[in-house]
Amino acid sequence: MQSAPDFKTRLQVWLPKLVLSPSIAMVLVFVYGFILFTVYLSFTDSRILPSYGWVGWENYSKLFRLSHWEIAITNMAIFALLYMVICTVIGLALAIFLDQKIRGEGALRPIYLYPMALSFIVTGTAWKWILDPGIGIENTMHSLGWESFAFDWIKNREYALYTVVLAAVWQTSGFVMAMFLAGLRGIDNEILKAAQMDGASNWNLYRRIIIPQLRPAFLSAFVILAHLAIKTYDLVIALTGGGPGRATELPATFMYSYTFTRNQMGIGAASATIMLMTIAAIMVPYLYAELREKR
Amino acid sequence: MSFMKNLKATAAVVALSTGVAQAADVEVLHWWTSGGEAAALNVLKGDLEGQGIGWQDMPVAGGGGEQAMTVLRARVTAGNAPTAVQMLGFDIQDWAKEGALANLNDLAAAEGWDDVVPEALQGFAKHDGKWISAPVNVHSTNWVWANKAVLDTNGIAVPETWDDFAAAVDALSAAGITPIAHGGQAWQDATVFDAVVMSTGGPDFYKAAFIDLDEEALGSDTMKEAFDRMAFIRANVDDNFSGRDWNLATAMVINGDAGFQMMGDWAKGEFLNAGKVPGQDFLCFRFPGTQNQVTFNADQFAMFDQGGAVSAEQSALAQAILSPTFQSAFNVVKGSVPARTDVSDADFDDCGKQGMKDLAAAASSGNLFGSMAHGHAAPASIKNAVYDVVTAHFNGEYDSATAVTELVDAVSIAK
Amino acid sequence: MSVASQDTTIRTGRVTRALIYLTLLLFALFYLMPLFVMVVNSLKPLHEITSGNMMALPEVWTIEPWRKAWSEAQIGVQATGLKPYFWNSIKMVVPAVFLSTMLGALNGYVLTKWRFRGDTILFGLMLFACFIPFQIVLIPMARVLGIFGLAGTTWGLVLVHLVYGIGFTTLYFRNYYAAFPTELVRAAQIDGAGFFQIFWRILLPSSGPIIVVSVIWQFTNIWNDFLFGASFADFSSQPMTVALNNLVQSSHGVKEYNVHFAAAILAALPTLLVYIVAGRYFVRGLMAGSVKG
Repeated sequence: MQSAPDFKTRLQVWLPKLVLSPSIAMVLVFVYGFILFTVYLSFTDSRILPSYGWVGWENYSKLFRLSHWEIAITNMAIFALLYMVICTVIGLALAIFLDQKIRGEGALRPIYLYPMALSFIVTGTAWKWILDPGIGIENTMHSLGWESFAFDWIKNREYALYTVVLAAVWQTSGFVMAMFLAGLRGIDNEILKAAQMDGASNWNLYRRIIIPQLRPAFLSAFVILAHLAIKTYDLVIALTGGGPGRATELPATFMYSYTFTRNQMGIGAASATIMLMTIAAIMVPYLYAELREKR
Repeated sequence: MSFMKNLKATAAVVALSTGVAQAADVEVLHWWTSGGEAAALNVLKGDLEGQGIGWQDMPVAGGGGEQAMTVLRARVTAGNAPTAVQMLGFDIQDWAKEGALANLNDLAAAEGWDDVVPEALQGFAKHDGKWISAPVNVHSTNWVWANKAVLDTNGIAVPETWDDFAAAVDALSAAGITPIAHGGQAWQDATVFDAVVMSTGGPDFYKAAFIDLDEEALGSDTMKEAFDRMAFIRANVDDNFSGRDWNLATAMVINGDAGFQMMGDWAKGEFLNAGKVPGQDFLCFRFPGTQNQVTFNADQFAMFDQGGAVSAEQSALAQAILSPTFQSAFNVVKGSVPARTDVSDADFDDCGKQGMKDLAAAASSGNLFGSMAHGHAAPASIKNAVYDVVTAHFNGEYDSATAVTELVDAVSIAK
Repeated sequence: MSVASQDTTIRTGRVTRALIYLTLLLFALFYLMPLFVMVVNSLKPLHEITSGNMMALPEVWTIEPWRKAWSEAQIGVQATGLKPYFWNSIKMVVPAVFLSTMLGALNGYVLTKWRFRGDTILFGLMLFACFIPFQIVLIPMARVLGIFGLAGTTWGLVLVHLVYGIGFTTLYFRNYYAAFPTELVRAAQIDGAGFFQIFWRILLPSSGPIIVVSVIWQFTNIWNDFLFGASFADFSSQPMTVALNNLVQSSHGVKEYNVHFAAAILAALPTLLVYIVAGRYFVRGLMAGSVKG
């Protein structure tokens, strides 16, 4: 019995690590293990199933000869930038407005939030119709007598990508609003009162004091938005199917199509590797800065 | 294929430990979820249940089977392959190459499949001399659907040649009617392209370009002309075509908003559902210049190897699929024609009867070709590479000359 | 200019307020638009839709499409409607949400209150895992599930969702517990409370808001997932989204758009409900936790 307390304290020391270890093990295997596997596949001749014939850089050289990989990358840059900026701006604006002791806030909040609850398998057809000039907004405006109204972006190679942005913003901007609203509600009113005493205008109050205090909310919003931007897939499939032509192809749709519908798993893996490296190049410095600061 | 061997070892272990494969059931992965198709499959299900075999349904719709193929990949990798899987063309061959499919030769010999299934179809249903799948139907894709009233009021006869067709299109355009109803999705663009290439270059050219993937044919002036004709078609669809589902395009023809639609034989169901009568309200004819040819795609059920042999249930399923009664019952509903040429056409309507005649004639004269757009001319990688170019050109991304060079390039990358 | 009240500090004029209300209402309309289209069309007979009347209110109101979507729409060979798939989804979502939230809470607890060398790196590894595109894990995951004998089972799906959800839940709980006074934990330790006792008695009871956030996030993501559900389920465990997809994507057949919309709303009801019921706690939860670094 003498060793019992000894064992117990030892257990207490090890327990936290023991509790954490299943999660770590799962992440190591199912995330990092799979990433390594994908990187490996990108150097093989895999087509319909993984196969282990080494082909060196061939898949990468093929990848960069494909004109619509270029389109996918360019689209990703435009899409991610617009999507993240617009969501942040709308989210912040709505949060500030909603924070002005608005009557009916309780009713408005769920209306802003609900799109996040729906997947695009559910809303895809509705969006397609709304954006379709023959059925949706354009047609409605025409029947209301505004004959010159035109909104046919989804049919236009140059503008179709912006309709994808529009639907994506619709889905997440309310969620971002909630994050900013939470941030605003957490700000200490005393500081604001003091600033007001000094005669600061509302504009300056927000610009100088309130918005800088929302930094954590901005960062959380960034993580959520970046993650959603990278994973945008259903939306494109439901809305445009990657078209017109291949105008709204994104890396996620590209990767899926090469790995699964075109039976060119090697090229699919190569595109996934490039995508992961890009994500890492952006996220790792951010995570590093974020986590180090908190020490 | 060490991967497959590996998999099979795992699968065997798993099967032993969990008893996955229940004795008398078949699990069927398919994407036939619309009312008519499912009703037709129910015939099959009832047939099997009559023999004491349970049917475990695993439907995954989307993208004309693309989604189901992804699921299949995961299921096979997990060592948990379904018993039977609906498949198209080259996918069957690809899986056969991986050694995943069961050998149906005993059944095929007993049932005499070699004599009744057209040879072009056997090219997909057999691998290395072994039957590996049971064909259900043959769809032909080079059809034109027309609104008879629209054609009559504008004095247009059924066009026999491309020039006739072009004249008819111009006449409709002048009359203020959308000449061609079309849905701007890659597979629909490519469906039209199939027929245009066949009509422009003839069957030998089609074979050289799409089946033999001959670079010279792909990069030829004939191909450029085919692209020019695509541009003509593009100029004669409505502004709103992009992304439209094929059945909405069919509705335009049904409602008299458009004259023609180029679409496979499944479009017939839409007309029939709208209460239209073939020959009276609507016309079906081969794409001008392809009267003697049939481009096809065929749905088949491939049987996954269950521990090195065909199970009794798989045999029963394959036998039921190829029985003349099911072939007739299913295809009457589906709009396609039977995969065996000895089935009675008594239950089929005019378009169906003509389809069966055309198929038999094309099969015996060597004019039956796999459709590129539907994965029966070349493997999925090539098919999609062709999609990329055709759809980009159709949407005005580049001109016909560039399209031809892009086509050669895209096919060479995908090979 | 008068100070509005004790607890609000920003003063706005009447015109500004009117503009603010207007903007808020316009955005509400924007957010409601797709829902409007869905609801309106789910209450129409099909011929009203196909004759081109897609944005207008129904001329004849009918709930037939809803009944059909629930109990007799064609999903596969048999016309079962969405009903049986609903339970498949529930059986998968409930354990997956529960387990990922519990694990996230424990991880957050360890990472903030039992810190050790290298814990930040481990957390960073988990966080980066949130960004993995799901398409690349499909094949290797299928293999792993096959080896464990979990292929085609509900528990296999639970495992998958657990693995790819803990990054987020850990993030939420870590940020929340970071603001929780460590002194309380130390005091309890001195009183002889063990690792789990402290967690159960002290942290968990005050974790309400962040549990709401985590549950909402996980519930929506898992309920709405299609890719994993389609790939790792078999005939007996296909979730709701796969059934919905089968209904909506049926290839060669008449598209009953009204039934599609009714089915889509039915499929989304649980998540909508979660958002509306728990929504009021949601902002509070975010406030208490995740946005306050």
